[in-house]
Amino acid sequence: MNTGAIGVETLHMTMRFGAFTALDDCSIHVKPGSFHALLGENGAGKSTLVKCMMGFYHPTSGEMLVDRKEARIADPKAAHALGLGMVYQHFTLVPSLTAAENLVISREDAPRVIDWHRERIDLQTFMADMPFQVPLDQPVRALAAGEKQKLEILKQLYLGRRFLILDEPTSVLTPDEADEVLGHVRQLCEEGTISVLMITHKFREVTAYADEVSVLRRGKLVGSGKVSGLSHADMAAMMMGDATLASPSPRMETAGAPVLQVQNARMRDRSGLKDIEIADLTVRAGEIVGIAGISGNGQMELMEILTGQRALDSGTIRINGAPYSATRKEAHKARVRFLPEEPLQNACAPRMSVTENIAFRSFDTGGFWLSPSDMRRRAADLVAAFKVKTASLDSPIQSLSGGNVQRAVLARELSGEVDLLVISNPCFGLDFSAVSEIRARIMAARNSNTAVLLMSEDLDEIMELADRVLVMSEGRISYDAPIAQADIATIGHHMGGHA
Amino acid sequence: MTDQSASAPLVVPAHRGLLGRFARRAEAVVLPLAALLVGIAVFSIFLLLQGKSPIQFFALTYQGAFGSAFSWQNTLSRTAPLLFAALCVALPARLGLVVIGGEGAIVLGGVAAGAAGVVFSQSIGLIAFPLMAACAMLVGGLWIGAVGALRYYRGVNETIASLLMAYIAIALMNHLVEGPLRDPESLNKPSTTPLPAQLRVGDIPGWEVHWGLAFGILACLLAWVLIEKTTWGFAARIAGGNMRAAQVQGLSVGRLIIGFTALGGALAGLAGFFEVAAVHGSANGSLAAGYGYTGILVAFLARHNPLAIIPVAILLAGFEASSGLIQRRMNLPAATVLVLQGFVFVSILMSDTLYGRFKMFAPERWRSA
Repeated sequence: MNTGAIGVETLHMTMRFGAFTALDDCSIHVKPGSFHALLGENGAGKSTLVKCMMGFYHPTSGEMLVDRKEARIADPKAAHALGLGMVYQHFTLVPSLTAAENLVISREDAPRVIDWHRERIDLQTFMADMPFQVPLDQPVRALAAGEKQKLEILKQLYLGRRFLILDEPTSVLTPDEADEVLGHVRQLCEEGTISVLMITHKFREVTAYADEVSVLRRGKLVGSGKVSGLSHADMAAMMMGDATLASPSPRMETAGAPVLQVQNARMRDRSGLKDIEIADLTVRAGEIVGIAGISGNGQMELMEILTGQRALDSGTIRINGAPYSATRKEAHKARVRFLPEEPLQNACAPRMSVTENIAFRSFDTGGFWLSPSDMRRRAADLVAAFKVKTASLDSPIQSLSGGNVQRAVLARELSGEVDLLVISNPCFGLDFSAVSEIRARIMAARNSNTAVLLMSEDLDEIMELADRVLVMSEGRISYDAPIAQADIATIGHHMGGHA
Repeated sequence: MTDQSASAPLVVPAHRGLLGRFARRAEAVVLPLAALLVGIAVFSIFLLLQGKSPIQFFALTYQGAFGSAFSWQNTLSRTAPLLFAALCVALPARLGLVVIGGEGAIVLGGVAAGAAGVVFSQSIGLIAFPLMAACAMLVGGLWIGAVGALRYYRGVNETIASLLMAYIAIALMNHLVEGPLRDPESLNKPSTTPLPAQLRVGDIPGWEVHWGLAFGILACLLAWVLIEKTTWGFAARIAGGNMRAAQVQGLSVGRLIIGFTALGGALAGLAGFFEVAAVHGSANGSLAAGYGYTGILVAFLARHNPLAIIPVAILLAGFEASSGLIQRRMNLPAATVLVLQGFVFVSILMSDTLYGRFKMFAPERWRSA
């Protein structure tokens, strides 16, 4: 088995999906033994790039050099054979097996009958050479997240990988665990055991551990260099692109009374590891408050407490001054409407018809009996008003395109008087014309005095729509400024978890 | 995900609109029928392998189930408990829950009705029947409602919970009829004290089939109205279509889950009442006759549509009614009908993956002429 770090280089790599260019002429060079960070917003092309490198995708054009030799990577197996390995954001270990068992079964040449005595001796020799240890005889489920991530990295070394791609390896770790794991990774790089390409959003990790960085934006490589020569502001500027600030849409002056007030709200996050804490969030009538931030920083949990899918541990939510606990009655009375992200999965019953899906908000206003004729008339009106393209009102809503599902849901949620509209990534995956139309609807709602809370991973969307910009990071609101004073570099800082 | 992919003009020609609506409905009839035929075909191979004639089998089935007034009567008396048992599966199924323990509610409902009958043995039927039925429904409702509550509050899988609770229910019934509720005079077959003559449910006039059939059909009609025509049913369909969307809409999912499971259990309990008051005359081990399990098959064949449950229940009751005749004439064991049911069930479950696959049932995918 060869040992020692290898370098990997991509040359003019381009990846197109249909008409969409996910990766555009991207050349990056990871030198042997270096710790290379890959920065970029969501959808910037980072995962596409590493999937091309690992053979999950075949790039439309471009080449790859592994250890200075041209390499054609047909599939992940070929990548593994060349010594390339990947550690994913989420664990790929078998929880019920021990660390030792996980390591042995991950080997491609694992024998049918395993001689555990010999394997154990081999593993001990292997572990003796490693800079860090993981208990080998405990089931993986008993290990802490940091230990599991160390085991994932050990697994790659055990499999003889000499170039590692780490995909946001610290997203499920506490800050202390993250420091420990990345410290070990850096040590391995310095010893010349591996080279690393790490996808991350966190500038702090880049400065503390990486020696080189490449920045992607909209599929293009927009900057590359030694970490020592770059400030956080430089990286933020590269990531966001300072020339593309979307101009705010025309809007009417409507400063109103507070509609939504969240105070000292505290809840567990999805992983159950960290707390989300919203000290003070106020949305006024006729105002769009945009919450920017990389996904996974508490936006989803905030949406869930507002929609009643997650319980608050402490704190209060008030709407129009009255306490709010997200029952249907309260939502109806306070005229609160929701537009969750991925509407087909989160706001529709996919197999039910367009008519029925449009009736979700209003079907029970008439008492005990359903009124199919009213439902149908209403659906026909809204489908026409919101230009939903559907073969018929009886078609299952899952037969509609993404943009039309979103239009149908928007039609349902924006009909009638709305005091508060809570939106999450409304334009995710939609094409250009649908995007501009849906944004115009949101702006129109604001102009007719609706309070709008807009959570979006697309900073351009927030800059275009919001009156006030907030940044959510590590479960807290770390930045709050009126749009006129919002400064893209500072926002970038806060999004990267570094104030 | 481009916006043009599914765009079609909203205004459709009228004939296509009508035809389209028909096609959409047809899917729910054609696919289960096809699955039934596939199950029967596989079963025929099973018969051929034993050197028996499938033609003779189905001819005898027809004769034993629907061939004469007597066989109709036999079939229809078996239909009544199947209707209730199938509703116990179909109602929770509209919320996306697979409850398969209706047998437990039937058995305990029967015991409750039998015990109540002993308590009210001095009353006339007009007073005692509603009370006995209410006891049966209460016990059945609590039993299956508990399955819903376990599911909602503790995340316990409702399929496993209901199945295991059915075994507990049968054990509980055996304990009660052999112990505290046993009539000392029931020697060979431990039972509760027999109901007095005035507390026996009679036949529908001119039909020689007990009233359970009429109430079962009524229950199916009411369940259909509940699901299709009321706001509660609509809320349940939303929750069944997408639990998360229902929560975002603020619907009280917990109340729906517990309410629909309890209602299903109450109806299964009512089946127990009719089995005791119309068929056996007392609560005993015969209550665990497997209607709860056959009801699962009925509900799945009927696509959990309460109206479709009625014909499907009659069909399957017919298979069971004819098993005696087949046993005698073809020298096949009684369990042969269970084999048939098994083949049909597997085939029905497999057909579930076919929905939405066929263009002819989806008018939006028809090429415009």
